[in-house]
Amino acid sequence: MTLAATLTRRWQKPPLIKRAWLRWALALGAAIYLALAFGTTEVNWTRVWEGLPRGARFFAAFFPPDFVSRWSEIFDGILESLWMTVVATVIGIALSIPVGIGAAKNIAPAPVYYFCRGILAVSRSFQEVILAIFFVKLFGFGPFAGCVTLAFATIGFYGKLLAEDIEDMDPAQAEAVRATGAGWLQWINYGVQPQVLPRMIGLGLYRFDINFRESAVVGIVGGGGIGATLNTAFDRYEFDSAAAILLIIIAIVMVVEYSSGYLRRWVQ
Amino acid sequence: MAIASKDGAKVWQRRDRKAQFATWAVYLTSTAIFVYCWELISEKTIWAFVWDAPAQAGDLFARMVPPDWGSIHGLWRPIWDTLNIATLGTLMAIIIAVPVAYCAARNTTPSVAFVRPVALFIIVSSRSINSLIWALMLVTIIGPGVFAGILSIGLRSIGFCAKLLYEAIEEIDESQVEAVRATGASGGQATAYGIVPQVLPAFAGISVFRWDINIRESTVLGLVGAGGIGLPLNAAITTLAWTQVSLILLIIIATVVAGEWVSAKVRHAII
Repeated sequence: MTLAATLTRRWQKPPLIKRAWLRWALALGAAIYLALAFGTTEVNWTRVWEGLPRGARFFAAFFPPDFVSRWSEIFDGILESLWMTVVATVIGIALSIPVGIGAAKNIAPAPVYYFCRGILAVSRSFQEVILAIFFVKLFGFGPFAGCVTLAFATIGFYGKLLAEDIEDMDPAQAEAVRATGAGWLQWINYGVQPQVLPRMIGLGLYRFDINFRESAVVGIVGGGGIGATLNTAFDRYEFDSAAAILLIIIAIVMVVEYSSGYLRRWVQ
Repeated sequence: MAIASKDGAKVWQRRDRKAQFATWAVYLTSTAIFVYCWELISEKTIWAFVWDAPAQAGDLFARMVPPDWGSIHGLWRPIWDTLNIATLGTLMAIIIAVPVAYCAARNTTPSVAFVRPVALFIIVSSRSINSLIWALMLVTIIGPGVFAGILSIGLRSIGFCAKLLYEAIEEIDESQVEAVRATGASGGQATAYGIVPQVLPAFAGISVFRWDINIRESTVLGLVGAGGIGLPLNAAITTLAWTQVSLILLIIIATVVAGEWVSAKVRHAII
């Protein structure tokens, strides 16, 4: 290309995807999918329209929310959620340590590795609420079923991250500990554990935060905690009490999030 | 690291006396809190039911196999609905999350004193409330169906996407924006050519990651009436059709694992 031609050419932003056919195929695919998705989604607009005043009433209930008339139920529910969160996080993390170690490819033998990965996959595939339905069936209504649910869900989350962290560790340090003649437990405790601990403490606090949020929903299917109270409030159209519960949940989540962020910085 | 002397010989210790006491105090308090919480939960538990659980589990399992493959014909539509709830909900969330994140990031917000706290509050309240609770509210407000599901997934995901996106915006390299501005670009042009290219990979990664989470979340929205595979699941559980329940559970695992695989591939291709 001559210099004159280059000079008169206007700069154009390079396309995001270089191959033209792929770009057009993706765009076409997205368009077809969206058309199909919107085409098959039935929206009952009259029902939506009828519901709008109710929605307005719900938002009006936030100004002011009613903390007083159901206070004892709300208070009990929140406390129960907090106990459940503490117990489930501790038990879940304790159980996820062996599973996580077993699911790390660099330290576990193949059969153990596949078995532990299987546990993690099952635990991660099901949403907490589905697990809660089954645990409520097995253990009866109440916070125990909720605890087991949250602990089981914690295994999937924490175990997977622990396994990935162990797989990413520096083998030289572990090798050095082994060279001193350490046994397997000593090797794990002094060669592997110090490398993964700081990040794992942070993730433990993060999981505490998640477990508290989830404890609000396992109650909807009978797993104890604030969810049951919230569900009842919605069923009885007591929007002002529901608004109070939601605000308390938001406040506690904010407190937990800020303090866990602070603790994490302090630990690392 | 500290050295203690014992019978005249030097012994290696991990911590000195003060640190050791502090560690023990932390352990003791945590154990006490845990035991106290456990005690309170144990009080509310009917232990006879818990001891009975293994027998119950065996019984339930026996009722669940083999899965009722014949009923799969009725499930294609709920699966399609579930995928739509996840995809359209994510789409709605990222469309709303972009301006919210723009307002929440310290370096792009129009006003640190007024706009930023509002944006942060939107993010926190959207994140604190589970999509199932959003669904519970929306079903009472706009009625049951897929639409309520899409909205609840969308509302829950705004906070997640906006939070990660605004953190990405805050971590950009300012000198690139400066360079674009130095060419005489206006505010909008500086954003489009200085900021957007820097956060685009993060943005795509966040969207796909949230889509993957949303598939899992949207499988349960049907339990409160918001459409998707949760509806037949709930129906099968209430009618005690356990062979159908096990089929639906298998389908959920397959869908979630497939979604995770797609999202991992796409994220790998982007990064």
